[in-house]
Amino acid sequence: MSPEKMVRMANQIATFFKTQPKEDAPARVASHITDFWEPRMRAQLRDYVEQGGDGLDPIVVQAARLT
Amino acid sequence: MKDFIIPPMDWKDERDMGTPAKVGAPVTLSIDGFDVTVPEGTSVMRAAAEAGIQVPKLCATDSLDAFGSCRLCVVEIEGRRGTPASCTTPVAPGMVVRTQSDSVRKIRKGVMELYISDHPLDCLTCSANGDCELQDMAGAVGLRDVRYTAPDGGGLANHFAARNTSGEANPEWRPKDDSNPYFSYDASKCIVCNRCVRACEEVQGTFALTIEGRGFDSRVSFGAKTDDALASDCVSCGACVQACPTATLQEKSVIEMGTPDRAVVTTCAYCGVGCSFKAEMQGDQLVRMVPYKHGKANRGHSCVKGRFAYGYASHKDRILNPMIRDRISDPWREVSWDEALGFAAKKMRGIQAEYGQKSIGVITSSRCTNEETYLVQKLARAVFGNNNTDTCARVCHSPTGYGLGQTFGTSAGTQDFDSVEHTDVVIVIGANPTDGHPVFASRLKKRLRAGAKLIVIDPRRIDLVKSAHVKAAHHLPLRPGTNVAVVTALAHVIVTEGLMDEAFIRERCDWDEFQDYAAFVSDPRHSPEANELLTGVPSAELREAARLFATGGNGAIYYGLGVTEHSQGSTTVMSIANLAMLTGNLGRPGVGVNPLRGQNNVQGACDMGSFPHELPGYRHVKNDDVRDLFKSVWGVEIDSEPGLRIPNMLDAAVDGTFKGLYCQGEDILQSDPDTKHVAAGLAAMECVIVHDLFLNETANYAHVFLPGSTFLEKDGTFTNAERRINRVREVMKPRNGYADWEITQKLANAMGANWSYMHPSQIMDEIALTTPSFAGVSYTVLEEKGSVQWPCNEAHPDGTPLMHVDGFVRGKGRFIVTEYVATDEKTGPRFPLLLTTGRILSQYNVGAQTRRTENVVWHEADLLEIHPHDAENRGINEGDYIKLASRSGETSLRAKITDRVSPGVVYTTFHHPDTQANVITTDYSDWATNCPEYKVTAVQVSPSNGPSEWQEDYAAQAAQARRILPAAE
Ligand code: SF4
Ligand code: SF4
Ligand code: SF4
Ligand code: FES
Repeated sequence: MSPEKMVRMANQIATFFKTQPKEDAPARVASHITDFWEPRMRAQLRDYVEQGGDGLDPIVVQAARLT
Repeated sequence: MKDFIIPPMDWKDERDMGTPAKVGAPVTLSIDGFDVTVPEGTSVMRAAAEAGIQVPKLCATDSLDAFGSCRLCVVEIEGRRGTPASCTTPVAPGMVVRTQSDSVRKIRKGVMELYISDHPLDCLTCSANGDCELQDMAGAVGLRDVRYTAPDGGGLANHFAARNTSGEANPEWRPKDDSNPYFSYDASKCIVCNRCVRACEEVQGTFALTIEGRGFDSRVSFGAKTDDALASDCVSCGACVQACPTATLQEKSVIEMGTPDRAVVTTCAYCGVGCSFKAEMQGDQLVRMVPYKHGKANRGHSCVKGRFAYGYASHKDRILNPMIRDRISDPWREVSWDEALGFAAKKMRGIQAEYGQKSIGVITSSRCTNEETYLVQKLARAVFGNNNTDTCARVCHSPTGYGLGQTFGTSAGTQDFDSVEHTDVVIVIGANPTDGHPVFASRLKKRLRAGAKLIVIDPRRIDLVKSAHVKAAHHLPLRPGTNVAVVTALAHVIVTEGLMDEAFIRERCDWDEFQDYAAFVSDPRHSPEANELLTGVPSAELREAARLFATGGNGAIYYGLGVTEHSQGSTTVMSIANLAMLTGNLGRPGVGVNPLRGQNNVQGACDMGSFPHELPGYRHVKNDDVRDLFKSVWGVEIDSEPGLRIPNMLDAAVDGTFKGLYCQGEDILQSDPDTKHVAAGLAAMECVIVHDLFLNETANYAHVFLPGSTFLEKDGTFTNAERRINRVREVMKPRNGYADWEITQKLANAMGANWSYMHPSQIMDEIALTTPSFAGVSYTVLEEKGSVQWPCNEAHPDGTPLMHVDGFVRGKGRFIVTEYVATDEKTGPRFPLLLTTGRILSQYNVGAQTRRTENVVWHEADLLEIHPHDAENRGINEGDYIKLASRSGETSLRAKITDRVSPGVVYTTFHHPDTQANVITTDYSDWATNCPEYKVTAVQVSPSNGPSEWQEDYAAQAAQARRILPAAE
């Protein structure tokens, strides 16, 4: 998938969990991504974070380490 | 007419009882010396019928309230003067009724004599011969001669002769109205019993028919005098045809073929209402579909699609032989089943050998049966060895699964359709039931006419907002994409004005989470006033709507794809669940959260484990215990990682890691967003197997075509929007040779599986074995009970009409904070308008079926609805060809100028492939589920003089890809 699309999808997830009252957004983003993203997509996300994670929400960057 | 009916009718009585059933305290009376006990309010006619005594009748039928016009049903009642009509006389305790006596016999004969004096006596050649109540009643009352004659010199005093014996035209005679493609209206046979008019009002709720004129001049009319049936308000539901006791309103198929000789009860394969029908047959030919009186979803009613639009099953476009080709630029070659399946299996296994186990997958369809869907996902999981299975429900109701799962703990509507009869305030949000779910709409309108209040939340002024005898209390015409803001504002009003049901929340929900939620919604930034500019909804109206919903009694919410198909689809579903919990509207009749499912088996497709992350029964593949259970039954290890969803499959295909697809009953090229991207994904695959009735658009990119069977040609089950598992029955043998479940089994076996199902009932047994909510379901149970609503298991042997009665499936209900987040899809100078999409009554989904029926008379092309103001600015006139462009692509279609849409919003349907509305839609999607954002696209509209370049290229490619080589001799 195109990096822009992946960034947008991941950020959308972060945007939702950031609005939730509990302070565990990175963990919840990570668990959402592990539950619904196929391993190829997760690998792409991790690689992207390795390479700087341009445009990703900081919560996604934290979450990617947990996936 | 004596029907031979499968299943045998001993479990339900199909007689016409004359007047509707009542509920009430028992009343005992005596009829012809027999004691009969019936509920209070029952008519004497129905009480007699319960005792097995049929009182002659013409104007009464048990789907309609009694009318009392024909006086054929008169009886004698001890202590009462005269001879009251039994249909309009309610029972009373101790009443003594005689249904036969010399005097009533005389009256009845007189009545019949009058009727027959103005009726042609051509019974032998009449289309209703054998199925005519007038004929039956003439026999029942012993009518032997008709003494009336035309008055001397007064000309003809009848309605049935076109000319008198001297050849003069009869001014009372009317020619047949054949304008409707499915039924004809022959006024010469009308007895003016009013049943059709009442059916149109009471059952359908359209009010298209009236009785015009008085006395001898009175006749049935389709509205204004010039109107024929087709030009009138009639929506062709057929209720009047079914109610008509004579040949006046008659199905054209019966006129052509004659009366049927057997009937099989089955389920409509169109929308998620899941109406039950009797397929009435002559041999293996379908004569007509008649809604089944005991169908619990439809209670004897139907819409134009289910009743009439079955012609596609025998359409000439249907493909009946398997076909293959090496390249999509080649023409198709017809081959044997063995060759096609061998070719497909070899290609798929070859791809896996080269690109890995996860390089192929399946797409199941919400149009297929539960058993077929179960097999297709099993094919991916047990034979391909991966979880790459998705369903077209991805693109419609996946947010419902996620949102309701998070809040209530299960992904399903909470009520049955009967529940609407107990509701006081209804919110309809992002749904257009009169077009999308017509039979539910009729039931809803009936309740609204009886006084329930309606709140419509929709960018368009849908028909429910104002139509005959129905008017919404509030219409909140929001800007597309602002659902969350509007629903949260409703909650704001309810919480800040203290209108919530605190007792319910304390008992049934997580109180801490409620505190967080209450604090969140109370924030002034969620007030209707603060959101007015954003949502376009007047704040005063929104406040009134919130108060009405919170305080108006039983409140029910019905929603459709206008909720789910957004970037915030899942969030909106959660906000709806919040609203229901907040007002205590769960767990009893008349309330609840009710997703209206688009296609017939969306619910079932979700239940059956079509999604890549969960096995049947909504259990995540990561759970060891669930995988172990399936391993013990299937004998193979199941992958613990989620598979690819449809959009992910296409992305992976473009990236080169996904190469083979088995797509059953689904046309992703036409139905999925961003057509160009879908086409690129399909074109990048090495083996696309399409299993369908027709060479659909996706098949243009396919290498293997497996011809499918229609719902008339196979056994199985569909699960409708109320979780009701209904039987689909084989009424004729598959024209393509095999039922679809057999084809999937053959493909699996060609790939090395060893499946040996002999009948779909065995597949259901396996579903019951592995899926707790289906544990009590079997074909035997369905045969016995007609249908059941899941969960159906040891705790609920009769199924579960209402969910969450004593507690939520997940325990405590969860309130979830629902912050509005604007979609990235924004209007701007280049694309200043918002496009939203929907469907219309006569067509269904991508139209593959309905376009191949006479339904095209109502909708021959997709049109773009645009507000007069926006049209004028652009120099666009009614009917002009216009260009519709978004950042994804452009297409062209004709304009329809209407103020049903607000300024700034345009609307179209997606039923026709040559329009390709999805060339315009983008790849934006719901944050949680990737459900595409069909309902909001920024567009520009401008005059045009013909098809866009894409449309022309596409048409050329399609023509090329559809070539079939003549079969080798
Ligand atoms: S077909 Fe339906 S809508 Fe049309 S006149 Fe008959 S009952 Fe009314
Ligand atoms: S058309 Fe049929 S149902 Fe209607 S009034 Fe005439 S006979 Fe009765
Ligand atoms: S399309 Fe829907 S409403 Fe119409 S008959 Fe079929 S199931 Fe019923
Ligand atoms: S059936 Fe009772 S009056 Fe017609």
